[in-house]
Amino acid sequence: MYFLETEDVVKQFSGHLALNKVSIQVPQGKIFGLLGPNGAGKTTLIRIINRITAPDSGVVRFNGTESQPEDVCRIGYLPEERGLYKKMKVGEQAIYLARLKGLSYKEARKRLLEWFEKFEITSWWNRKLEELSKGMQQKIQFIITVIHKPELMIFDEPFSGFDPINADRLKQEILELKYLGHTIIFSTHNMASVEEICDDIALINRSEVVLSGEVNEIRNRFKSNTLDVVLRWKGGAFTLDSDHYTVLSTKAQTDEIRMRIQKNPEVSNSEIVTEFAKSYEVLSFTEELPSMNDIFINTVSGINLTEA
Amino acid sequence: MNKIGVIIKREYLRRVSKKSFLVVTILMPFLITALVFVPLWLSSIKSDEVKTVVVIDSTEKYTSLFRDTENFRFINGTKSLEDYRNGDSKEVFAFLSITDDLIQSPKAATVYSEKQIPGELSRLVNQTITKELENQKLASFNIPDLKEIIEESKISFNVQTIKWSSDGSESASSAMIASAIGFIFTMLVYMFIVAYGSMVMQGVMEEKTNRIVELMISSVRPFDLMMGKIVGIAFVGLTQLFLWGIMSSALIAGGTFFLGGGMDMLSIREGMAMQPGMAMGMNPETMQEMNEWLGIINGINFTELIIFFILYFIGGYLLYAGIFAAIGSAVDQQEDTNQFIAPIMVFMVFALYAGIYSMDNPDGPLAFWCSMIPFTSPIVMMMRLPYDVPLWELIVSVTLLLATAIALTWFSAKIYRIGILMYGKKPSLKEMIKWVKYK
Repeated sequence: MYFLETEDVVKQFSGHLALNKVSIQVPQGKIFGLLGPNGAGKTTLIRIINRITAPDSGVVRFNGTESQPEDVCRIGYLPEERGLYKKMKVGEQAIYLARLKGLSYKEARKRLLEWFEKFEITSWWNRKLEELSKGMQQKIQFIITVIHKPELMIFDEPFSGFDPINADRLKQEILELKYLGHTIIFSTHNMASVEEICDDIALINRSEVVLSGEVNEIRNRFKSNTLDVVLRWKGGAFTLDSDHYTVLSTKAQTDEIRMRIQKNPEVSNSEIVTEFAKSYEVLSFTEELPSMNDIFINTVSGINLTEA
Repeated sequence: MNKIGVIIKREYLRRVSKKSFLVVTILMPFLITALVFVPLWLSSIKSDEVKTVVVIDSTEKYTSLFRDTENFRFINGTKSLEDYRNGDSKEVFAFLSITDDLIQSPKAATVYSEKQIPGELSRLVNQTITKELENQKLASFNIPDLKEIIEESKISFNVQTIKWSSDGSESASSAMIASAIGFIFTMLVYMFIVAYGSMVMQGVMEEKTNRIVELMISSVRPFDLMMGKIVGIAFVGLTQLFLWGIMSSALIAGGTFFLGGGMDMLSIREGMAMQPGMAMGMNPETMQEMNEWLGIINGINFTELIIFFILYFIGGYLLYAGIFAAIGSAVDQQEDTNQFIAPIMVFMVFALYAGIYSMDNPDGPLAFWCSMIPFTSPIVMMMRLPYDVPLWELIVSVTLLLATAIALTWFSAKIYRIGILMYGKKPSLKEMIKWVKYK
């Protein structure tokens, strides 16, 4: 059973179908990447999960039971359109928002002070939000998202507006939250971060899920059977002859030769390694997996990598 | 505390702790009191300097008529005007020169001065001479006791109006006071709806433009967010009204005591409910009249008036606040609100004028219908209330108002819910109505 699943969610806006029978399955304790180009319907789906809007048809289930109004307290949501009350003091504001998520005043204050200490921002407590820089505001926003220790956290483009150091810090925090057992939905365009932190993904394009599954499994599914091989080579004649693969490129260096080959899909990697090993010493043998970026672009553009 | 309570509390506290709120709330009663009492106080200050006026009367008929007053001392001029003018006459304030018999040549009297001649002096001279000339004229008719006859025929008539209550008792009523009280309450309701309605709109727009709204409605229902704001701001309005009431009554009571040498406490208590209008009449000379008025004011049922004032205040505010919230949710920019606010203001101003015209005919068809229709009733009914409106009319009107307010709040919440998440293009009214149907 999945921690969160949506089944055949349909949402129609006037003259525009935003979601067409979207089903996603988010496993417990995993980081789930919700990917898709702008306007694909990601934010609409997130809003439906958050009960901000209601689907026209279809259901959202938490642990197998249909989502209830109280379930919003089990979710922490960092919207893409983020902002806080500019004129309100940071601490007061954070307590207010935490209380709206169901925490008591005392509990909210205690937890917030812990987080502020952790991020070394205690001195901001009595400052007005508008006095803080954008990056600082993002930190506050992150704390507010996780303050009520929700089982499910939804981050919509969390890294936008962060410098590399703070983005990395945030990434570590997100991974830590995962180890603490939180389930995380992560919506982004940044494919590098998807490879790094996501366990599963769903790719939404034109209101439909076009690709979903585990990240590694998907990358394997899209592999082009390209291998990167480095062999020791002391000069002299270099011959390779096999119908198991075709050489795409070779590059000779002082005592090694680097080449990319396209193998025959029926042949296993081991067979090829054995073949090389007969004549040369194999220094490195890597199967090139497509990056999520390539998969994203190719899937969305309607071109399948395996046919390329 | 549940979520809507948390929201109400924040909306309320944030606004009442603002400096601008405190300043307006505290200064307004002082301002009103000052407007009433400062002119009274200034006029009561007696000038300590007695000015000398030299009367140069070539006919020698009039000099003896001028009696010294608190401010002016009249002395008989011995020299000619020219001599005074050329000579040293610094201590003389003005010269009254009379060159001929004033019945024959009415323009023969002139006041000269190097300074601006105060109205009080010319009034004094005019009154004194007029009286003398009148007497001379009357005497010239040679009718015995003519003066007494005329004196007796001067009649000042003021009709007394008594309203019969259903319980058979009689009370003095005054259309003037009733309309003054009605007008004050009408203006209060009108001002509060406009001021606090736009406060709701500003608050909604603030959340939308700060982009906090998506975060908020992932925690609370949009309806709770909207209602929390509306109710919180309503409490701000009631707080302000309450403080104004208390402060104005205290200040006016204090001011009256200070100026009028202590009126009876009853009038002070009553002063609270109708502060500016009543205070207008509080000139020390009209104290006598005031006491008559007090009897009339006591005839007005203030408990009823205040209860219905609060009911209409809340109902009218709720009716319009929802609409204001929906408008605030639908637009991104302040400038775009005008298009939607204009029709509402037309309604409000129409209601205000309908109210003012109802003063003359509080039971006429315009007044009746406008005090039934929910969009105008909070304003128009306040005008009619001091004239004793039948209870059934009040009940129907309040019920209609509250029912419409609830329906409109529901309707507005539907628009609000969609509007707050819409950025970019300004929606048309048609689109906004379409949002109501969204799931």
